[in-house]
Amino acid sequence: MLVLLGIAVVVFGFVVRANPLLVVVAAALVTGLAAAWTPEADFAVMWQAAVSTLEAFGKAFNDSRYVSVVWLVLVAIGLLERAGLQERARIVISKVRAATTGRLLWVYFIVRQITSAMGLTQLGGHAQMVRPLVAPMAEGASESRFGALPDRERYLIRAHSAATDNIALFFGEDIFIAIGSILLIVGFLDQSGVKVEPIQLSVWAIPTAIAALAIHSVRLFLLDRRLKRALANPGIAQ
Amino acid sequence: MITLAYVYIVGGLFFAAMSVLSALDPSNPRRFRNAAFWGMLALSFLAGNYVGDLGNGMLALGLAVLGAWGLGQGKPKTTTPDERRASAEKRGNLLFLPALIIPAVALAGTLIAKQTRWGAQLIDPGQATLISLVLGVIIAVAVCMAWLRPPALAPLQEGRRLIDAVGWAAILPQMLASLGAVFLAAGVGDQVGKVFADYIPLDTRTMAVVAYCVGMALFTILMGNAFAAFPVMTAAVGLPVVVAKFGGDPAIVCAIGMLAGFCGTLMTPMAANFNVVPANLLELPDRKLALNGVIRAQIPTALPLLVANIILMRFLAFPS
Repeated sequence: MLVLLGIAVVVFGFVVRANPLLVVVAAALVTGLAAAWTPEADFAVMWQAAVSTLEAFGKAFNDSRYVSVVWLVLVAIGLLERAGLQERARIVISKVRAATTGRLLWVYFIVRQITSAMGLTQLGGHAQMVRPLVAPMAEGASESRFGALPDRERYLIRAHSAATDNIALFFGEDIFIAIGSILLIVGFLDQSGVKVEPIQLSVWAIPTAIAALAIHSVRLFLLDRRLKRALANPGIAQ
Repeated sequence: MITLAYVYIVGGLFFAAMSVLSALDPSNPRRFRNAAFWGMLALSFLAGNYVGDLGNGMLALGLAVLGAWGLGQGKPKTTTPDERRASAEKRGNLLFLPALIIPAVALAGTLIAKQTRWGAQLIDPGQATLISLVLGVIIAVAVCMAWLRPPALAPLQEGRRLIDAVGWAAILPQMLASLGAVFLAAGVGDQVGKVFADYIPLDTRTMAVVAYCVGMALFTILMGNAFAAFPVMTAAVGLPVVVAKFGGDPAIVCAIGMLAGFCGTLMTPMAANFNVVPANLLELPDRKLALNGVIRAQIPTALPLLVANIILMRFLAFPS
């Protein structure tokens, strides 16, 4: 039972917002010490347990170096950003013509999900895309239909703009093979004696990606209906 | 034959370059910390097989301490916003093309290594995807250099600009994978499995899948990070129960399990980057609340999607 202390360290560490790298190393050491602990254990035994836990952690760290290979991708992405990749993405998005807020966000969702699936996770994002572009365009779509927006609806549209970016990213990026979560799974399974290729995992992210698209499409359709009900006849609503 | 060893050399040289360029960047007040951090990672990539298990453990410990102490962010010279806009206008949508080289080469290389005899002699089929990915990066960088004609150091400086923005989090997935190994050796999975068995009847496939997926989501809500929840829940329920006891396919179980965790990320204020930062950026009036507008907009998608993940895992992961 004592080995569960390691899990407690992970949970506690993340809840108090300690640096996650330290949390992980601390959890490993606590787990190793707890596994070795007996009422008779003296300092020498526990010291030996700490050293051998650090050795086991080091061996696993060395064996799973490929998990960190993904960062090589940044060299190519950085070069393209230097030549205006994000600016180009902004131009493409700003050319989208959609009649309603929901449809505009729907187009953005699809673009964001597909580009994330190709590894271009940096193309969207809250600071780069949502605040300067997507949220104002989503607000504008409703403004041009219904006139000036009340605060409630304005903030609702903004919140949905951010949500659309997050959901499209989360359920698109795992289709790309070189993403941290996929290689974490490969590394974890490798350490557990199960060999899988990244591509086997990313293929199985596709059904969930489709489900996310379906569910969020309905959500955005409902958002349009809600906005229409609230804004088309302001007299009735009051 | 190209093996993972070559990939590690390329990675090691990249991180070594990050270290040297960080040390030479006076705009970063913590430049020597950054240099030490990337330098240790480079050492691990280049010499990991020669420094012994304890040496690697010390490297991992050193990286964690440096990361917690705090890295800075360098300011490599790059183009101005005006130059970028002009370049984006001039080059048009062709700019997206080099980025697509990477996944295309990764996919093609994997297929060639696995399906053809000459491909298997060229690329180690056991690691085909990772090797092809790095080949894809090298080809994409070569195309960019030939087409865009940036200064010779630009690829490394632009890479540093982006990896400094990621910072210590760059090695978190690798650290968590290593934690999984320690959990396994100490029998953590068996113990949690016993605890679960005492309180939750994990005696059907459906119950096991529900426990794993909901557990992933709940742990992620608590920790704000699906990456951290993954080794814990998978060692506890995913591998011992869903895979070992009921015969689930480990690749499918883990892939969908991670995505169940992502449903949790959508519902927690602990995931500040995704849920709190945008509420601040968009100046939402309820941005200080635990359930701000962004999270409330996400929950009605996250919950049905969690159910969808449970159904998908239940019906896809088990041989009929």
